Amino acid sequence: MNAKTVMWRLSGLMAGAAALVMAGAAYAPPAAAQKTKVVVYTAIEADDLKKYKERFEKDVPDVDIQWVRDSTGVIEAKLLAEKNNPQADVIWGLAATSLLRMSGEGMLQPYAPKGIEGISAQFRDSANPPAWVGMDVWAATICYNTVERDKKKLPAITSWQDLTKPEFKGAITMPHPASSGTGYLMVSSWLQLMGEDAGWKFMDALHNNVGVYVHSGSKPCRQAGAGEYPVGISFEFRASRTKRDGAPIDIVFPKEGLGWDMEATAVMKGTKNLAAAQKVADWAASANANTMYAEGYAVTARSGVAKQLPHLPAPADFEKLLAKNDFLWAANNRQRILAEWNKRYNAKAEKS
Amino acid sequence: MTDLALPPHHVVRQEVSRDEWIMRTATMAVGVLLIFALVLPLYAMLSKSVEDKAGQFIGLANYIAYFKTPALAQSVVNSFFVSIVSTVITVVLAFGYAFALTRSAMPFKELFKVIALFPLLAPSLLPGISLVYLFGNQGLIKGVLMGNTIYGPIGIIIGEVFFCFPHAFLIILTAMSLADARLYEAAEALRASRLRIFFTVTLPGAKYGLISAFFVVFTLVITDFGVPKVIGGQYNVLATDIYKQVIGQQNFQMGSVVSVILLLPAIIAFAADRIIQRRQVALLSARAVPYEAKPSLGRDSAMLAFCVVVAVMILGMLGMAAFASYVTFWPYNLKPSWKNYDFDAKDGIGWAAYWNSLIMSAWTAVIGTIIVFVGAYLVEKTRGFRLCRTLIQMLAMLPMAVPGLVLGLSYIFFFNNPANPFNFLYQTMAILVICTIAHFYTVAHLTAVTALKQMDAEFESVSASLKVPPWKTFWRVTAPVCLPAILDISIYLFVNAMTTVSAVVFIYYVNTTLASIQVLNMDDAGDVAPAAAMAMMIVYTSAAVRVLHWLATRGLSRRTQAWRRR
Repeated sequence: MNAKTVMWRLSGLMAGAAALVMAGAAYAPPAAAQKTKVVVYTAIEADDLKKYKERFEKDVPDVDIQWVRDSTGVIEAKLLAEKNNPQADVIWGLAATSLLRMSGEGMLQPYAPKGIEGISAQFRDSANPPAWVGMDVWAATICYNTVERDKKKLPAITSWQDLTKPEFKGAITMPHPASSGTGYLMVSSWLQLMGEDAGWKFMDALHNNVGVYVHSGSKPCRQAGAGEYPVGISFEFRASRTKRDGAPIDIVFPKEGLGWDMEATAVMKGTKNLAAAQKVADWAASANANTMYAEGYAVTARSGVAKQLPHLPAPADFEKLLAKNDFLWAANNRQRILAEWNKRYNAKAEKS
Repeated sequence: MTDLALPPHHVVRQEVSRDEWIMRTATMAVGVLLIFALVLPLYAMLSKSVEDKAGQFIGLANYIAYFKTPALAQSVVNSFFVSIVSTVITVVLAFGYAFALTRSAMPFKELFKVIALFPLLAPSLLPGISLVYLFGNQGLIKGVLMGNTIYGPIGIIIGEVFFCFPHAFLIILTAMSLADARLYEAAEALRASRLRIFFTVTLPGAKYGLISAFFVVFTLVITDFGVPKVIGGQYNVLATDIYKQVIGQQNFQMGSVVSVILLLPAIIAFAADRIIQRRQVALLSARAVPYEAKPSLGRDSAMLAFCVVVAVMILGMLGMAAFASYVTFWPYNLKPSWKNYDFDAKDGIGWAAYWNSLIMSAWTAVIGTIIVFVGAYLVEKTRGFRLCRTLIQMLAMLPMAVPGLVLGLSYIFFFNNPANPFNFLYQTMAILVICTIAHFYTVAHLTAVTALKQMDAEFESVSASLKVPPWKTFWRVTAPVCLPAILDISIYLFVNAMTTVSAVVFIYYVNTTLASIQVLNMDDAGDVAPAAAMAMMIVYTSAAVRVLHWLATRGLSRRTQAWRRR
């Protein structure tokens, strides 16, 4: 092979590559033309994205889901920033408190999905047709590393107040409430459970023991599992998965009650793919979808599909652990609470 | 064309041939491309920083608001602190290492040189992850920190030193390889002591290299985002502030304000470096005799020990991430397993992110090399047309001073604007390729220019007088002769496209998630071991491509570079 042949071969390669780029840019593959693409904003756990899409597309083959996933606070900020030029067609799997705010801003298209009767009233917007429909409940849960507990002789945890004991200094992580929906439901539930003054006082004491505030609701449990910080305030889905993965953790449900929020679905006002977006909303409220939610969450919007989950209490018992939660209050006070939280504790937050 | 058609006037003007016009049009095209990929997006970013949320011009109000927020202004101080400390440590270590390789007779020099370059194969998130495993609360050797936490400035500094070491080392090594043995002989003849020789001969000779390395490393650290993101804890720096403002709060105005603040030190450092490099020109005369160190047991063993320590630290960082990625469940179950490589079970698009990275890097290498090399050729070989050529040269240097995060943010503003006809590129793989080529344009361009400058301009004159069109000369002569440089450029672009995070983190879309971004997302979700595994996949790929490149260069250069040998 001489220099000339080398050059010719290289040139062939490059020309071929360039031709491919142009071809690729010129058209989208024809197969995609039959499917309607819908942009779905979501905060569901990343390890579930694939499953949700596959199950949905099995039942609704003519709709192609394009996920945009981030944590709750980020998705909410994104939706609000795009208010005048919405990019999302439908929201599937965002905190009800976030959707309430969006509904207040007139960004949601009320829609009653097929089979709405099967969903109990407390799991959907009270308006008719509802602006949002619930999927499942997720609740604040403590992951407590047993190996580190025994090694460092840390006290037992049965209540939220236990976390303020001086032995836990620097041993606790929790999600940042501005970026994580799980973080916000904790803060809002403490304020509701204890009342505002006592709630902030509790968080002041907790703050002294927190090693770091992290970006996601999952990370504290993962860190507890690895013993990086022995106590992680997280949520039950991640606690169950982390324990399943072999982490030496106890899953603790503090006796005062668990803060919780609901993952929910809503159609965006002004979507160009209304029919397809409504198909997503229909399926998200269906029995098949709820059976799927039940694989990870103890309490689902449609009753009768609940399953016993590994390392968690039976669904009926779990429901009793939930604290009283006023969604409307949590949604309406979100801005104010986050501002106050930032003022008090922001210096210790991990970058979101 | 009109020049040709017109009858000769009394004013003598050089005729511009048809070929020349084609060359000029092509030159213009490259210029326009650079304007679209660099100037307009940066302009969009700058104007965003002086607008309010509704898009009204509000002057410097955003900047004033920024400096009035104590937590944000603190980041400026933090950024400078970690940048200066990391830079000093990196340059000192790199100087010692380069000194050992050029001024001692220790063994295994080639091996040490290769090891020093290893960090180039990894995304900057990797040192952060390794540090968690080494010095975190469950770290292997956390006792070394004597109770201090790794999450904060200490972690950032160690991580940055690892990340920047090869850059500083390469610059200083180049500067120190040009030593004139006659100076050393003269000094020894004058009975100067070892120490005196070091301070009067070695150090002044390396001066420009050291200063240049200082500025380059400073810019790298202050603009890096991967290390502080993973290991920074609650210690805020400018680069993570941009990310937090834009991604966390969708506050694009404030994000662009921080971008501009970050752009300033980067541009100053870059300009200073350019000025200093210009001065270095005539350091080595043609009569210089290459320096060869004579064996000296004391010095050589000391230098060997130093290099072994540095090399062990570099290998330790990579080794730690590799080890963590194969462990079943850190730190309680150290049995080896492939579990962490099961990316499909961890994050939305799983292994697809890795394939995306490969595809993106391949496109960047192929298209980038063509554009960069043809661009450099046109700048070097087009006659006349000075204004446009100077403009391209300036634009080609610009990316060096623009941090990746800033470029990425600029791309959002420019391409996500519905009024922009190129809006369709948004959320595609193409925009990632364009952004990455633009981000790494400078070094690739300089490599091409250096190779082209080695070629005599006579080739073009001769072919012009033989009526051979320039593209034929380009294809038959220039490109084959420069083939080693072309391969260097493509490999440089490929490896950087594999490892970059900062430039693409704002413009990826779910379907175009890259491996490096997956590392970031998995770390955020607390899946640190899978993040280490994905980071190692990037390292393995970059290393494999480097080895392939090395084999290909050897094979090709034997065929195409035969003329260099006698």
